[in-house]
Amino acid sequence: MSISLEVMLQLAILIPLLATFVIYVTGKNQNLRETVTIITSLCLFYLIVNLYQGVISGAIISAFWWELLPGLDISFTIEPLGILFALIASFLWIVTTIYAIGYMRSHQEKNQTRFYLCFALAISAVMGIAFSANLFTLFIFYEVLTLSTYPLVTHAGTDKAKKGGRVYLGILLSTSILFFLLAIVITWFVAGTLDFTSGGVFSDDVDLGIASILLVLFIFGIGKAAIMPFHRWLPAAMVAPTPVSALLHAVAVVKAGVFTVLKICVFIFGLDLLSVLPSAQFLLYLAGASVLLASIVAMKQDNLKARLAYSTISQLGYITIGALLATSSGVIGSSMHIAMHAFGKITLFFCAGAILVAAHKSKISEMRGLGRQMPLTFIAFFIASLSIIGVPPTGGTWSKWFLLVGTLETEQWVLMMALMLSSLLNIAYLLPIPFYAFVPCSPSNNSAIYKSISNDSKFTMAGIKEGPLLSLFAIGITTMACLILFIYPQPLFELATAVLGVKE
Amino acid sequence: MIAHLPILQVIVPLMAAPICLLLKRTQLAWLFSIIVSCIAFIISLFLLQQVMVSGVITYELGGWEAPWGIEYRIDKLNALLLVIISSISTLVLFAAHTSISKEINEDKQVFFYVLYLLSLTGMLGIVATGDAFNVFVFLEISSLSAYALIALGNDRRAIWAAFQYLIMGTIGATFILIGIGLMYQMTGTLNMEDLSQRLPQVAQTHTVFTAYVFVIVGVCLKLALFPLHLWLPNAYAYAPSVVTAFFAATATKVAIYLLIRFTFSVFGVSFSFTTLPLQTLFLILGLAGIFAGSIAAIYQSNIKHLFAYSSIAQVGYIIVAFSTSTVTGLTASLLHLFNHALMKGAIFLALAAVVYRLGNAQLNSFYGLGRQMPFTMAALVIGGLSLIGVPLTVGFISKWYLLLALIENGWWFATVLVLLGSLLAVVYVWRIVEVAYFREPLNKDSSVKEAPLSFLLPIWVLIFANIYFGIDTRFSLQVAQEAAVSLFGVTP
Repeated sequence: MSISLEVMLQLAILIPLLATFVIYVTGKNQNLRETVTIITSLCLFYLIVNLYQGVISGAIISAFWWELLPGLDISFTIEPLGILFALIASFLWIVTTIYAIGYMRSHQEKNQTRFYLCFALAISAVMGIAFSANLFTLFIFYEVLTLSTYPLVTHAGTDKAKKGGRVYLGILLSTSILFFLLAIVITWFVAGTLDFTSGGVFSDDVDLGIASILLVLFIFGIGKAAIMPFHRWLPAAMVAPTPVSALLHAVAVVKAGVFTVLKICVFIFGLDLLSVLPSAQFLLYLAGASVLLASIVAMKQDNLKARLAYSTISQLGYITIGALLATSSGVIGSSMHIAMHAFGKITLFFCAGAILVAAHKSKISEMRGLGRQMPLTFIAFFIASLSIIGVPPTGGTWSKWFLLVGTLETEQWVLMMALMLSSLLNIAYLLPIPFYAFVPCSPSNNSAIYKSISNDSKFTMAGIKEGPLLSLFAIGITTMACLILFIYPQPLFELATAVLGVKE
Repeated sequence: MIAHLPILQVIVPLMAAPICLLLKRTQLAWLFSIIVSCIAFIISLFLLQQVMVSGVITYELGGWEAPWGIEYRIDKLNALLLVIISSISTLVLFAAHTSISKEINEDKQVFFYVLYLLSLTGMLGIVATGDAFNVFVFLEISSLSAYALIALGNDRRAIWAAFQYLIMGTIGATFILIGIGLMYQMTGTLNMEDLSQRLPQVAQTHTVFTAYVFVIVGVCLKLALFPLHLWLPNAYAYAPSVVTAFFAATATKVAIYLLIRFTFSVFGVSFSFTTLPLQTLFLILGLAGIFAGSIAAIYQSNIKHLFAYSSIAQVGYIIVAFSTSTVTGLTASLLHLFNHALMKGAIFLALAAVVYRLGNAQLNSFYGLGRQMPFTMAALVIGGLSLIGVPLTVGFISKWYLLLALIENGWWFATVLVLLGSLLAVVYVWRIVEVAYFREPLNKDSSVKEAPLSFLLPIWVLIFANIYFGIDTRFSLQVAQEAAVSLFGVTP
């Protein structure tokens, strides 16, 4: 290995940024353009894996870019949580790119160059968020991420896309300006520093009232975490092409939100301060309500992507709860759930996209019996659903386990009930989809689709019409990951515990 | 030569104006104006550099000593202003020739340059001089040429707008003159430095009090503080586009400079902020300006109108920062003075480019412009983001300081209102973005092309500055901070 880890850290942010130019230049030739994207994503993953090994071996990796204002600088440092997030995002970027090539071509989307360009830009911003050494740097990349994903959300350019983009940008920008920025300025004013510090930045005699208000401002300000009153942007963002929904709105953007929440809870407030803040209790209940309500709303959605979006909101609530519980199992559960949910949800979105491309269906009610046509897709959907619900043999089991332990430890019985109940609701809104796809068993509902399928009810190979091969391949990878993470969660668990290890 | 820089700063464009008239050919006049403006810019840079190194520069006009003769006095504050004015003026001039070829009649184009240079002279003079009456003289030079420049607009409403501005501007100038007269009556001097020493002795008199009020009201009319802003939107909207770009970036800044100068240097902080409830008054009016301006901007269908109202809101921010009367607040004011000039210069030049291609700046002309004029619209979007205050643009820097200043004073309510105000900016900027990028162009003919280079060059220089000074804040922050500290003098 010839380049030092510090350089790698900076390259991790710069390479996707650089790729945007190359993608722009090679935009005319779509094969070349997509090769560039794939190579970039592979390079990025290679870098992150190297950095991961560096972190594991205990190296302290940091880089300083520029002092914007006295005391406020753009600088980066790697800690376990950041590398965890970066690993997931960079790995899934490769998979999503493979998927996107299949999807975008067979869906014949326009402006594909802009699509890949903004995608690379967003990934660069995600890397910046993951590695930022202080709140100020994080805020800058947070805003870059919002702005760079706007063209992706509005990709279709229709009136619906425009409306969705308006909600998307409106909520994310206004919460970040109104609450997040305010909270940052107040933190800077009270604590005199914005650096992420183990155990928090506030001194012991900080006014609990101010800290309480700050916590509320932070949680509301990080609109990307989609806590209930500010969640509308996520369903609105579903007008985007499916790869965008898959990577950005199941992984990168929303995880950037909860990642920021975790970072702030652990490194700005510190778990000790957090556990005595009166507003934390209020926010816990709010997040709990968010988990339950979003699950209930998800049940009523007929559009598959909308249902998945509300499911994401609910799952993000889990992560926020874990962070706010201010116990080690809570934080471990949250960190692991970032990963587990990422793999599960991206698979679900991939499946949704494949169904749209192959069968041109986006409504759940129209998917009955589709299992015969797309068996692999629906098997993947089933496994990913299990991971989201949190039952063996899938990775989701572990994170939900730790989250429940966290609620037990802090004796938050109400929250525990909320989490359990929500898991039941997960079963109710996810599992029927693959179930009815294979067993279209309601002859009373004799729609045209049902008839056409029951005509050749015999399962034949000829009846199979899966999505594009590349997309299917991507689905396979993420589904396998869901299963592997159940058997082999150790690396993830070690990283998650190391998040707290830094603290002591 | 170096010793004469303060006067050269003003006299060069003043002398150049009549020469311009003699040149007759517009092309020549244009080139000549650019050269003159460039020279002014270089002089201002020298002055700034000198001030930063060796402190205040004084220059006695005609060798007459200070309290009797006219003194030019350059400190950090006005050195910064000189740089802002002359740089924007130069950049705007680059685009002027192309722009006015479509907006002003052939036979009046030479007059445009004459008036432009006079206006430049006036602004530079107001800033450079250290004599209160001289301020009034230059104020009239810049205002009179401004009225004529606005009236050059090819829309017939331009004349009415110019007339409105004439009336309001004259009232403002008269108020300032009355104020200066009253000060002279009490102290027998017109030199600002001298005034600042003599005024405290008579500070408790009604006359001085009245003088201050007259000056402040007059200046506030000029800087378009809510509710004295009514002249501004029409004047900006119907003036020739380059004139708007020049004025939006500089004219109100000069008036704000006067407000700061009279409040801090002439009357002194202790007088200005103790005898009058100025803090509360400015805070309320500033906030009202932010909301009145931003909300009005949202409902405009003429984009020049829209950004004119946005200017009123931005003046509101500067005044809110000013009202904190702390070093941080004043730093925020000065930073935003500089930063807003960069944003609005870029935005209005981009609008000038749109007007050049489409003939007007109505919202429906922007349909589909994102494809037809990609570079111009990208500039407009970045300028808009800067206006909103997105990080890595200058807008963020000044907003950061403004928020710090407000929190320092414990003005929580105002802090939240300021943030809400920037959300309104998101709304009015995004109206344009949506139209430009999501609508199909109204007339599908491909006659609408990217703006010529003479537009793109100055626009992108300014946009680059918007980003550069949003990242490398050393220059702007150092000047603003040191100017603020020195304005507060001994009383911190």
